[in-house]
Amino acid sequence: MKSRREFLKISSLSAAGLIFGGGILDSIANNLVNNNKSFFKGPYDFTRTPTYCEVCFWKCAGWVYKDENGKIKKIIGNDLDPNCNGRFCPRGTGGVGMYYDEDRLKTPLIRTEERGKQTFREASWDEAFEYIASKMKQIKKEYGPESTALFTHGSGGKYFGKLLKAFGSNNIAAPSYAQCRGPREVAFISTFGQGINSPENTDIRDTKCLVLIGSHLGENMHNGQVQEMSDAIDKGANIITVDPRFSTVAGKSKHWLPIKPATDNALLLAWMNVIINEGLYDKEYVEKYTFGFDQLKDHVQRYTPEWAYGVTTIEPQQIRETAREMANAAPAVIVHPGRHVTWYGDDTQRLRAVAILNALLGSWGRRGGFYNPEKAEVPHYKLPAFPKPKKNWRDAMDGKYNLADLALASGVCDASIPGPDMDYAIKGWIVNGTNLINTLPNQKKTIQAIQELDLIAVVDTMPMEITGYADVVLPECTYLERYDALRISQGREPSIALRMPAVDPLYNTKPAYWMARELAKKLDLQDYFPFETIEEEIDWELKQVGTSLEEMQRVGVKKLEREFDDLYFADGEDVEFNTNTGKIELYSTALEEEGFDPMPVYTPHPEPEEGFYRLIYGRAPMHTFSRTANNPNLTDLMDENTCWVNPKVAKEWDLSSGQYVFLENQDGVISEFPIKVRVTERIRFDSIYMVHGFGHADKRMKRCFGKGVSDTQLITNVMTDPIMGGTGMRGNFVTFRTDIKKSEV
Amino acid sequence: MRYAMAIDTKKCVGCSDCVVACQTENDVPIGYCRDWVVEVMDGTYPQLEMELRSERCNHCENSPCVRCCPTGASHYSEGGTVLVSKNECIGCSACITSCPYDARFVHPEGYVDKCTFCLHRVKKGMQPACVAVCPTKCMYFGDLDDPRSEVSQILKKRKYKTLIPEAGTKPHLYFLI
Repeated sequence: MKSRREFLKISSLSAAGLIFGGGILDSIANNLVNNNKSFFKGPYDFTRTPTYCEVCFWKCAGWVYKDENGKIKKIIGNDLDPNCNGRFCPRGTGGVGMYYDEDRLKTPLIRTEERGKQTFREASWDEAFEYIASKMKQIKKEYGPESTALFTHGSGGKYFGKLLKAFGSNNIAAPSYAQCRGPREVAFISTFGQGINSPENTDIRDTKCLVLIGSHLGENMHNGQVQEMSDAIDKGANIITVDPRFSTVAGKSKHWLPIKPATDNALLLAWMNVIINEGLYDKEYVEKYTFGFDQLKDHVQRYTPEWAYGVTTIEPQQIRETAREMANAAPAVIVHPGRHVTWYGDDTQRLRAVAILNALLGSWGRRGGFYNPEKAEVPHYKLPAFPKPKKNWRDAMDGKYNLADLALASGVCDASIPGPDMDYAIKGWIVNGTNLINTLPNQKKTIQAIQELDLIAVVDTMPMEITGYADVVLPECTYLERYDALRISQGREPSIALRMPAVDPLYNTKPAYWMARELAKKLDLQDYFPFETIEEEIDWELKQVGTSLEEMQRVGVKKLEREFDDLYFADGEDVEFNTNTGKIELYSTALEEEGFDPMPVYTPHPEPEEGFYRLIYGRAPMHTFSRTANNPNLTDLMDENTCWVNPKVAKEWDLSSGQYVFLENQDGVISEFPIKVRVTERIRFDSIYMVHGFGHADKRMKRCFGKGVSDTQLITNVMTDPIMGGTGMRGNFVTFRTDIKKSEV
Repeated sequence: MRYAMAIDTKKCVGCSDCVVACQTENDVPIGYCRDWVVEVMDGTYPQLEMELRSERCNHCENSPCVRCCPTGASHYSEGGTVLVSKNECIGCSACITSCPYDARFVHPEGYVDKCTFCLHRVKKGMQPACVAVCPTKCMYFGDLDDPRSEVSQILKKRKYKTLIPEAGTKPHLYFLI
């Protein structure tokens, strides 16, 4: 074996991209690993360790590099990874800031005063677990184990989920469903028998026409999609963007349709009208694969471009021209399903319209449209069967939202507020990596639900607002300091990626696996965590698919062979879709059975009153929700959100760029902090825009406290999707309160 | 050999990844940056145009900063790259005033700092950190004297402009339009 000095000398070449690339270096790495008995702990001598990013849900795989002192220096994408192709986005690159953030949670905390006040005492891990376990046992005794729930948006959620299922509850909800992509999944499942999932199966790199409806790719930095969009631009693809705001991608589009907000369904129906009446649809595909074309044809007759003009303010000529543009590109066309689609409460129907358009254009299962994704099958170690819960959150929903294929975070929240007609209420929450205060709309209701609980335990890396309401706070170490479950994501090729610690955890922080297992011990559920360490569990799983932890530590990412379908349908191939009719359902029998419109209709939505403007929110490429708001590297790029105001509106209100104003919504809720005005032509006169995730109210996050406005605070009107319970959040209107001065808060 | 960079404004989404990647690669302290993103808007709603540019030192062939530096700290290096020797820099800031692109800043340690085209990486055959990280692959780096280099190739194919050409600095940053 080479001496450490020689190793360092060679490995310093890693900056030149050579490390582990060649045989010599591989053997050195192997030697190091094999001679290090505690290799499960991780080869800390390596100058780079594999990870997958936790700053957003795209989970790009990369390498963490350390400097000569062993301090984390930078994170670079893994060239083998299909999610990032060696290129991280700004958030992933700035992920180092999550580790270095001095405001991190540092030790377990137990609340000493009422919920909502950040008065805690430091506690030992054992004390914290004891507290949670005794409350959980008490809830089980009084109400049954089903009265507990988990909210999660992070890798560690997997282990708390297992704990909860072992305990006897299946109330496991992610706000990424009912507050985000849920309607899209239900719409595509009811049309194609298959959801979109993540990363989206959009074949952007080979598309000739990309249609974005309110989706602001480039500002929402979904890495793989942004990369492919750039490739498509290079190859001459046309982009059609529908957005009341001149988004970044609108600036790169051949057609930008500055639609009147809340009228998208009218445009989508008019596009169908043109595509059907002008015979532009893929006749062979529609004939072979779809169900209900004749009904659809009749249905859309009334939705002419002339009619849509009056609703959307988009000229008939432009509606026709863009419809023809899509048809010319078909089947290499994508009417993009978007991601955050909970807007107006009829979102499943809007996404149905999107799905139907794709079906008419024959883009599903075709190159340049939507490919057939595949996910790696990695077996899990066989555990004792989970107890079968006798009830769950659905029992508190009065028979609604049957088509929701996942739990609704807002539903679990509602089920925690006891009502006179309810014989079931949720009494205990574990919240993992999701700041529910800024994630669920209608903060008042969220807080009301929390005050009704017997237990709320929060697992996070940062003192997010939700931790202020916790009875117990469990400080998780960042993703750079821990192992997590393997990343198993869908894609053109199935792949797996490893996350391992680059460094030991700072402070008294711990990984989720350890926490969940310790808690399981207190609840006599340790049989569900048979491996003492997560490394052993991962190694076992990896060996089932022909690799090992040791190999994954060296390569980070492994692509596995596709086992199932081809990437695209073959010409004339017989395909059975997972719907009632076995066809792509233009006319949805599933929706009809549940008593909903089998084909999408246009429903007008309320408009702002005089002096009020529709609150539109979105993403900035350097931030993920509110979780990055205090990250020193990313705050350096953007430390507050601004309120985009059209110059005409600014003139009326005598506003100028740089000025701070408070906002008040239709229900009289005034923003906790003021927001900086940005006067810009990029926004319509009837709307204002801000980036989501700012306006933090917890003083323990020093860098972001009081910076900008929380859109969530102003979202008090929630338009619930009757089909699947998605929480439509774009029906809120705000006005300017220039009379309140900054010092008054 | 003349190093140059071409930046495709049609592909850049202004995400600022180039800025963070530069900071972590080159230990640029938080609060400072060697590269940055500019958004230029034109028109009235809904007739609008937008240009996004990732900007940095132009590594000019006729650099006012090199000319005005009293100690010779600002100098030309490999491939015409303009560098600052921090040991020779007295932090007088004459170069900062002379630069039409506002590409330089005083590092908290007292010397003037700026983009180096990541010469330490380029010497090893790698791309500058900003070019390597860019999710849109909107940046092209290479030798203008080598007709086969990516940057020469793209400049042959595409329309481009330089910034403030009237300053006569002969910049080595090209913006594809």
